[in-house]
Amino acid sequence: MRVRMRLFGPLKEIAPAADEWRELPEGETVAGLLAALHRDGVLPEKLLLASAVAVNQEYAQPTRVLLDSDEVAILPPVSGGRP
Amino acid sequence: MKVALQREPIDSAALQQEIKAGSDGAICVFDGIVRDNTRGRRTLHLDYEAYEEMALTQMRGLADQAIANFGVRDVVLVHRLGRLLVGETSVLIIVASAHRGAAFDACRWVIDTLKKTVPIWKKEQFVDGAVWADGEPFPDDIAGEKS
Repeated sequence: MRVRMRLFGPLKEIAPAADEWRELPEGETVAGLLAALHRDGVLPEKLLLASAVAVNQEYAQPTRVLLDSDEVAILPPVSGGRP
Repeated sequence: MKVALQREPIDSAALQQEIKAGSDGAICVFDGIVRDNTRGRRTLHLDYEAYEEMALTQMRGLADQAIANFGVRDVVLVHRLGRLLVGETSVLIIVASAHRGAAFDACRWVIDTLKKTVPIWKKEQFVDGAVWADGEPFPDDIAGEKS
């Protein structure tokens, strides 16, 4: 199966080529995908650990099982600023 | 309720005029503007980008929750994208309510929550380089347990 990866901000600058469709094994979870991105050298672990994941534009937990054609966005910490 | 992402300048005065209704006793306005420095480093401009479809859904959710949880009458929530210069409005929140307490509380809650959960990022261009701003860590219910 394949999912549509979306990267933003600093992540997209580091790995512009990953903002594309990506082949995954059936039954892959969000956590499994993040581990694969690190293992394949796509994104550094430190950034992945600080990021959140959205599946089909909703925040998703690491245990979420991905389905064919899902849109999976890796979201670095949002713009923040001191209160 | 008005929720929007836009590249054009935000017309704060017009939106404040527009939201007011006879039953309101107050509007509370948060006008977030581009500061001329970060920790003393001089800022030339900021470039904002968003995961637009998701950001809009999240922003609508915040406005809905503000109305439901604080009992305010109406909310305007507009964020600008693209290149912004020092002094320009990046985010505008207006809360209209019969009484000021709820308006203040809802306005504060909307900006604090937006800054942690709505997928919008800013790149700061300084005189001597550019960096993506460090965001705030995601709340636990969003980040999940990755280890």
